Parts: sequence; structure tokens; C-alpha cells
Amino acid sequence: MRISEKFGELKDKKEGALIAYVCAGDGDTVGIVHSLVRGGADIVELGLPFSDPVADGPTIQASIQRALDAGMNPDTYFDMVKGLGVNVPLVVMTYYNLIFKRGLERFVTDCRDSEITGIIVPDLPPEESGELAGYCEQHDVDLIFLVAPTTKGDRLEDILKRGTGFLYLVSRLGVTGARADIALSTKEVLDRVKTDKPRAVGFGISSGEQAAEVVKSGADGVIVGSAFVDIIASGQDITQRLEELAREIKSSLG
Amino acid sequence: MTITKKGKFGRFGGQFVPEVLMPALEELEEGYERFKNDPGFKQELDYYLQDFAGRPSPLYHARRLSKKYGLKVYLKREDLVHGGAHKLNNTLGQALLAKYMGKHRLIAETGAGQHGTATAMAGANLGLATEVYMGAKDTQRQRMNVYRMELMGTKVIPVTSGSQTLKDAINEALRDWVSNVEDTHYLIGSVVGPHPYPTIVRDFQSVIGNEVRSQIVEKEGRLPDSIIACTGGGSNAMGIFHPFVHDTDVKLFAVEAGGSGLKCTDKAALHSASLSVGEEGVLHGARTRILQDPYGQILESHSISAGLDYSGVGPELAYLAETGRIIAKNADDDEALAAFHELSRMEGIIPALESSHALAYLAKAADSGDLGEIVVINVSGRGDKDLETVLEKGAPL
Ligand SMILES: Cc1ncc(COP(=O)(O)O)c(C=O)c1O
Repeated sequence: MRISEKFGELKDKKEGALIAYVCAGDGDTVGIVHSLVRGGADIVELGLPFSDPVADGPTIQASIQRALDAGMNPDTYFDMVKGLGVNVPLVVMTYYNLIFKRGLERFVTDCRDSEITGIIVPDLPPEESGELAGYCEQHDVDLIFLVAPTTKGDRLEDILKRGTGFLYLVSRLGVTGARADIALSTKEVLDRVKTDKPRAVGFGISSGEQAAEVVKSGADGVIVGSAFVDIIASGQDITQRLEELAREIKSSLG
Repeated sequence: MTITKKGKFGRFGGQFVPEVLMPALEELEEGYERFKNDPGFKQELDYYLQDFAGRPSPLYHARRLSKKYGLKVYLKREDLVHGGAHKLNNTLGQALLAKYMGKHRLIAETGAGQHGTATAMAGANLGLATEVYMGAKDTQRQRMNVYRMELMGTKVIPVTSGSQTLKDAINEALRDWVSNVEDTHYLIGSVVGPHPYPTIVRDFQSVIGNEVRSQIVEKEGRLPDSIIACTGGGSNAMGIFHPFVHDTDVKLFAVEAGGSGLKCTDKAALHSASLSVGEEGVLHGARTRILQDPYGQILESHSISAGLDYSGVGPELAYLAETGRIIAKNADDDEALAAFHELSRMEGIIPALESSHALAYLAKAADSGDLGEIVVINVSGRGDKDLETVLEKGAPL
């Protein structure tokens, strides 16, 4: 399913989107993804682990390390995703070197063939994205860009023009990781980033209460990662608790 | 506005960083363009380079070494620069630039502690709060350097993620910068990272090559036939090469760490020769040559010298090597050690283990005729910091 369809559907229902991130290969990924979807995740962002994840905070770094130690790699990743069997849009999040090494076009067609409909690359700013964007367009895969609190002026306009799928608004300066205080900068970013494309806010959101606030401020969705990964790291009742947290957050987005 | 590609050396270089940092890189580029030719900035930097760092460093005719190898060998004495290495040329330049740009905090990464120490010196001298990220393994291996930095008021932050070495320290410094980009300057220690760093660091280090140029012309009335420099990230190499890039009669040799052999295991390379045998990839913000596995995961590197122990190399070097303008070579741990002992005994100069790789290449190539008659070797640093490592290896053969 394409991301735009999903956002269209949610708009009709007047619901905000819950985009759930986990890193593939850290734990029983198939079971994990299914429990997130059962809990109400609208889109699943599945990390493909890279050895040097500069945009990630300690929680997701540790998850990536566990996944690498468990042997996750791009071949295994695409095989696994092909057999996932969930009926929500899937998005791959990974760093540019893994895409570069596999070959840009091959990576994009691998996505297409495994029903991944979007790509997020946290270390690929628009300036360097032309070639990958070309293949994405050719093979009907969305290339999702991040907008940071520091993104302004011409660069912001450029990103708004290029982004497909949705725009990933980074709520604050810093790396991924759950935070208590996100409200102020989130509102500032939402006020500044004006576009018809769906806007989802991420980095720091961990509870239904925060998510509700973000959607009330005008976002079309929230991206939640570290809070789910914390549950996976704990090793306790993983699938049940993931489903519960997804449900708690999703129910606050109505 | 359509954004075009900036900071490319051929297809190498670029800016592969999180979006949050892009405006900071733009600001840095603007600041650098604005101040690099500003008479006040230049005068102040020259003053620090001279009276604080001790420049110009001598170009020394190594008579006994010359005799042994049948060539005229000159040593560029960066080992005599304050702090014991070329690193201060860059840290003074960038710290002063940060100050002119209104930043009041410096962060840096360090492997062995040389760049961290040079950053601590510049930070203390210019009154900037300084924090240095260092792999937890390295903080243990290099306790004295940690203490040196702390003496100068720098906070050293051990990095416990990943392999706990230099590449992880860079990752962590980048994460800090992402979080504190508004008041902080990230002072990168080599010609690596996203544009404009490779250019800025090269320019600040070019003082080495510019001095060599006038010194050799004064002593010999002509340019050298070849220049040899060790290459980790490549800052001492680009610093001495850059002013000669258009003098195509001058051969430029970049000597990497061959470690304990040009081979790899699953997770690590036994060497740091990314220019010689690495593959194209993207690491720490730049497209360059890197050590990676078949999927693109970054491999840990190895060298007896911590300063060369890095999985990447500056993008401009990757470009110049591909065009054939510079020649990538390597020397292994044992060859570097032998050269370390040789210079110590023959010339009374104890070189850094990094620099010893450049010296080792002299020994390897002297007979080939490739080097010509007049050779300049960049002695990028002094070896006092390496005594423990050398001691562990036992007496010279
Ligand atoms: C004395 C010395 N030489 C060389 C290097 C390698 O760095 P680069 O290749 O950037 O000159 C270092 C790095 O710490 C060093 O301390």
C-alpha cells in the first residue's frame, strides 16, 4: 500500500497516523511488526541496521548493535520483509552507505519487490539525493525527507518540493530518543513548515499524551521509535506490551 | 533556488549528514569564506602560529640518512611544533574561526589523543569551552593524553558505543553537534568529514607545504623530486602536498598503515590502507575510499600507530589518487617500527609512529630510483607519546 493512500484514508476518518519504528533483526521482528500493527500502527518503519548510525541516540544504537550481532544484513532483511504479510505501508530506514554499496537502483527495486513503499535516509540531505530520487520515482517508491528545526528558507522550500510520501519533521535538535519535553519546538516547526503533503513529527515522542498534543498542533501523524525499542530491549512480554503501547498512542490520535 | 552539489573533488566528498547539520555546514562555509582572507583574521592566526605554535618549523637536511640511502633527504620538522605534531596548525585555525563566528564551545574527536590535545591547547589559549570525545578503549590506552587534555581544562568524554575507538568518537561528536549546533563548533581533526571540512583543514595545514616550498628553494634552488607523508585521514599529507599539486614534476607519496597485513576478517581490517585497497563508500559525511564489508558495514581498522588507525581517508586524497596525481603506498607495523628506531639512532630524532610510516617508505623505495634525488619527508610528529608501545614491542632487530 502506498503511503499517500494511507494518509488519505486516515484523513477521511479524521485520525492521525501512528508510524512505528523498530530495527529489523533485534528480536523476533515478524512477531514484533505484527503486534505493532495489531495495536494500530498505520505505517511501519523498519530499520536496516548500519554499523555507524550517527543520527541515532543510545536506545536505537543499542538495538542496531543487537541486530548486527544477531547477523542482520540487507539480503536477510529483504527476504524477511517479503514474508511479513502485514497490510500497512512499510518504510525502510537506513544509512546511505548500505544503499550505495548495494547499488542505488538495486536497493530501490529490492524495496519495490518486497513491498516497501518508502525510504528514509537520515544522512542523505536533498543536496545529495538526486540520483536515488530518480530511481525512486522510476520504481514508485517514496523518498521521505527530514525537516529539522534548523531547516529554513530556500532549503526548506526545496525539501518541501522534493519530499514524497510524507515529510518527517524532527521535533528538536538532537538524535533519536524518548524525551519528556517536545511541545514547544514541535509547534514552532509545524507553524513554519507549510505544505499540502502529510507532515509527521518524530524524535522524542513516547506516550499517547505527547502524541495527542502533536496532532492537536496540526501534525498528520507521529513517529515513535525509542519507546518501542525500549520494550524490545527489556525482553519482558514484548509483543503484548508493544501492542498495548501502540494502542495507547493510536487511540489518542483520533 | 535549486541546490547544487557542493564541495566535490571529482565525485568524492560532498555532504552526507543529518539534515539538522546542513545549515551549520552552510554557516561554516560562509564564515570561512568571509574570514579566510580577512586581514585581521590572517594576522591574528599568523601571530598564534608563530609565537604560540613555534612556526615556521625547520626543514632539516638529514645527513646520515641521506648518506645511507644515497639521496638528499630533508625532514619537515612538524615534530617541533607546540604539542609535538602538525595537529595544532589546524586547531588554531579552526578555533580562531569559531571565535570569529561567535561560537563559544568547541567539540572534537580524538583517537590517540593528539588532535584532542591540540584542540585543548587552542581552546585554552583562545578561551573556548572544550570537550573531546575519545573511545573508551583509547582513554585507557592513552591515559597520559587524557590527563594532558584535562590539565588544560578540557573535558574528555569516553565513548562506549560501537568499537569504542576513533570512528565511534567521530559518531559521538557528530551526535553532540546535532544537539548543540547553535553555539558549538565541531573541530574536525583531519581532512575528512562533510564539506567544507576537507577544504578548511587542508588550507590550515597548507602552511606546512608553503614553508617547505620557500625553504627548499632557498636551500636547493629548486623544488624537490618527491614528497612523502604518512596518511591516516590525510591532513599532514594534504598540508604538505597541496602547494605542490600543480607542480607535476614533484611526486607525491601518501603512505598508509599496512598494519599486520592487507587483509580483513569479518568485522575488522588488519590495516588502515583505505586509499590503497579500500572501496568507494560514504563515511562520516563524505564519499571517499573506506574499509567496509560486502554489505557496506564499516570495518574497524588496525595500525600500530593510533593516528593512522581510521577506516576512511580524506575525499581529496581519494580523488588525487584516482587521477594519479598522488601515489598511495603503505608500510606495515614492523617496517614503521624499524624506521622509528632508525631515525632515532641515526639522526637523534624520535619520530611519531605515524610519521615512521613515511620514513619507512624511504627505506622501501630508495633503491628503486622512483624518489629522484631530493626527497622531503613530513615528520608529522614526535614519538614521545609512543614510547610505551615501542617498549612493548621490544628491542629493534
Ligand atoms: C603525528 C601524527 N601524524 C599523523 C597523524 C595522522 O593524521 P593525518 O593523516 O590527518 O595527518 C596523526 C594523527 O593523530 C598524528 O598524530
